[in-house]
Amino acid sequence: MAADGGDGVTGEVAVLGAGMHPWGKWGRGFVEYGVVAARAALADAGLDWREVGSVIGANTVRGGYPGYVAGATFAKALGWQGARVTSVYAACASGAQAVNTARGQILSGLAEVVLVVGADAAPKGFFRPAGGDRPGDPDWLRFRVLGATNPAYFGLYARRRMAVHGDTTEDFAQVKVKNAALGALNPYARYRKRVTAEEVAASAVVADPLRLLDICATSDGGAAVVLSSMEFARRHGVADPVRIRAVSTVTPRYPNTVLDLPDIATDSAVAAEPADEPFRSSIARAAYEEAGIGPEDLSLAEVYDLSTALELQWYEDLGLCGEGEGAKLLREGATTLGGRIPVNASGGLASFGEAVPAQAIAQVCEVTWQLRGAAGDRQVAGARVGITANQGLFGHGSAVIAVR
Amino acid sequence: MSLTPTPVVAGLFAGDGDDFTLLGTRCRACASVFFPREEFNCRNPGCQGGDLEEVPLSRRGRIWSYTDSRYRPPSPYVTNPELPWEPCALIAVELEAERMVVLGQAVPGITVADLAVGMEVEAVPGVLHEDAETSWTTWKWRPTGVTA
Repeated sequence: MAADGGDGVTGEVAVLGAGMHPWGKWGRGFVEYGVVAARAALADAGLDWREVGSVIGANTVRGGYPGYVAGATFAKALGWQGARVTSVYAACASGAQAVNTARGQILSGLAEVVLVVGADAAPKGFFRPAGGDRPGDPDWLRFRVLGATNPAYFGLYARRRMAVHGDTTEDFAQVKVKNAALGALNPYARYRKRVTAEEVAASAVVADPLRLLDICATSDGGAAVVLSSMEFARRHGVADPVRIRAVSTVTPRYPNTVLDLPDIATDSAVAAEPADEPFRSSIARAAYEEAGIGPEDLSLAEVYDLSTALELQWYEDLGLCGEGEGAKLLREGATTLGGRIPVNASGGLASFGEAVPAQAIAQVCEVTWQLRGAAGDRQVAGARVGITANQGLFGHGSAVIAVR
Repeated sequence: MSLTPTPVVAGLFAGDGDDFTLLGTRCRACASVFFPREEFNCRNPGCQGGDLEEVPLSRRGRIWSYTDSRYRPPSPYVTNPELPWEPCALIAVELEAERMVVLGQAVPGITVADLAVGMEVEAVPGVLHEDAETSWTTWKWRPTGVTA
């Protein structure tokens, strides 16, 4: 199998350290969460911050100017030491963009050791657009004209699955039951209590057919990884590090025919035939091709379960099962701990809530710990290959494949 | 004093009663349709055209999916905080001729219990909200089996 040393398309980088600030509603600033995560990742790597040649921040739009220049904000907070700095933003995919930027710098020789940090302090309630009247901004448009929040889109996707694939609200509830049970085992998760299907069914409907416990919360949190060249890892005494073999940051292809946040309409397919695969499938395929592996090689997956129904969608988009078979895969127990392909062993967004720029980095942290065999009670036995997947607003694909 | 009807966003729809339609733009070179309208560039990557003309969209389509907002949406959605929030159904509608899906609110009185994927709906004029002088108008989707 490729994980035993086959060459990826682009070459590999080592994950020397991973660190997180616990998710929650802590009422403090995002810089603090990011610094805690960064220090944890550096300690995990056994590196002094002054040995880092480049720092990459995943931006937050909620922290004012410091959030738009997150790389510099974290560098200053950790203590200026002259490192090269980059700040990136790609909505929910910001963390993967940051990881990919770090990888590019390492593989091109621009940097040997790179610190990647993302953190957020989320407001209570629905995410909302920036202020001002901006009819040309689809995010403004959907709120102003339709009052279409993020959960409304999740509701549309869920109802569509019910109509096309026969999924039921009980299936959706079972995703929450699974993820809550796994999150209960994760000290970094915000929600650490098991949940029953009855509790999901008794929670308030937010966006029909989805209920409060079907939808991920918005959270505070921070995550960081220290990446290096394979050569540096060897010199540093790490002979067998977790390696990042692929990072997919693809965009959709016109016409994108699945209604995508935050748009109020799809592209028209009247003049150009849609691609054979929808956008989310193309995100995973690009990662698989770059890594030289397939879904059958995976030990685990961390996916962006903004809603319970979306987790089932990801099973299909990652190729863990055929189209429309996501609920069946769940019911078989294949995606829980001990199953054929555990998904969201971390507890997922169901247990964390979303801290946007930190979330994709947190997924990489979880895969790193799993591949090291250091995931404690939620360890996937014998994990060798992990994939992370998410999708950011405005057409941002994100998937990372790591191996050991 | 009567309120002045004003589109909440200019250029997305036009007409009254049976003449009401959503407005998009169409590329003169490849016939791709865009809603909301593209003004200066065709987004079909296989097309070098840039000349776009205004075009009415099909008035009728079929429900691709639907949901509702059980909680008051945040600003810039305008609501009266002194009134209780009434859940609002949202419908994503597949237009056959344009081969696209367009989202909109359902007409008042329609709830998710009245809807099904595949059901035919039509675009009708509606009011989003009113203030002292203005009635802010928009489009709404109404099941064709329902007469308002």
